[in-house]
Amino acid sequence: MQEFLNWLRTPGLTHFLIVSGILFSFGVFAVLTRRNAIMVLMGIELILNAANINFIAFSRYSTGTLDGQVIAIFVIILAAAEAAIALAIVLNIYQNFNTVNVDELNRLRD
Amino acid sequence: MDLFTIIFYAFAFLALGAGAVVVFSKNIVHAAFALLFAFFAVAGFYVLLMADFLAITQLMIYVGGILVLVIFGVMLTSNVISVDMKTGTVQAMPAVLLSAALAGMLVGMFWSTDWNASSQHAMPETTGKSLGTMLLTTYVLPFEIASVVLLVALVGAAMIARREKKE
Repeated sequence: MQEFLNWLRTPGLTHFLIVSGILFSFGVFAVLTRRNAIMVLMGIELILNAANINFIAFSRYSTGTLDGQVIAIFVIILAAAEAAIALAIVLNIYQNFNTVNVDELNRLRD
Repeated sequence: MDLFTIIFYAFAFLALGAGAVVVFSKNIVHAAFALLFAFFAVAGFYVLLMADFLAITQLMIYVGGILVLVIFGVMLTSNVISVDMKTGTVQAMPAVLLSAALAGMLVGMFWSTDWNASSQHAMPETTGKSLGTMLLTTYVLPFEIASVVLLVALVGAAMIARREKKE
């Protein structure tokens, strides 16, 4: 018990990893359950953020080099591109079908 | 309890609390605004991990860019006045089980693995210069590909979003 309290008192690599793991599970939950396409996108953003925390935590605690941070920059770049494209698609779908419920969107044409 | 510990737990509670609101809130506008705090807390983590450039990037791209896009998406695809803003969930029970199992597995693995971690590595005082050097030497090919990807995404998003409905 005392050992656990001491562990809690000194945040290290494991603490960051555990927070990111829980954040990742939240994102997976949002992707699995939400019907609104934009909520699914928010879940994906949470997942990407959790992955980024891992990259940077390992960069800090494991090797001491900046390679993890460079990878994190690429993840952020891809997240920005993904968000722009996905929202353009969602807006177009809304114009055509008047809904963004992913359960109802089962065809590609009007 | 040193300052690092206090700030870490503050940001950890902010990130997990905001993440929970994003996931469990029925109102999509509340979820979008909770996402703001989640991104902010993650930026705080980056500062704690001595990634100052990444922290600013996170604030500028996620909070300033992606979140604004998401909120635009929410506002443009929902009828603000009606109660249609609410968004339901499907298959809640299997998803809860699956996500809880995933979280338990991840946390258990992170807990039980000996990462051979050390906080003694000397990190540069500021990371901007080193990151710029690495992007233009070791990582120059992914850097160039990323620039092409961004250009394609920009053109594609503009084209998809502006396409007019044929009558």
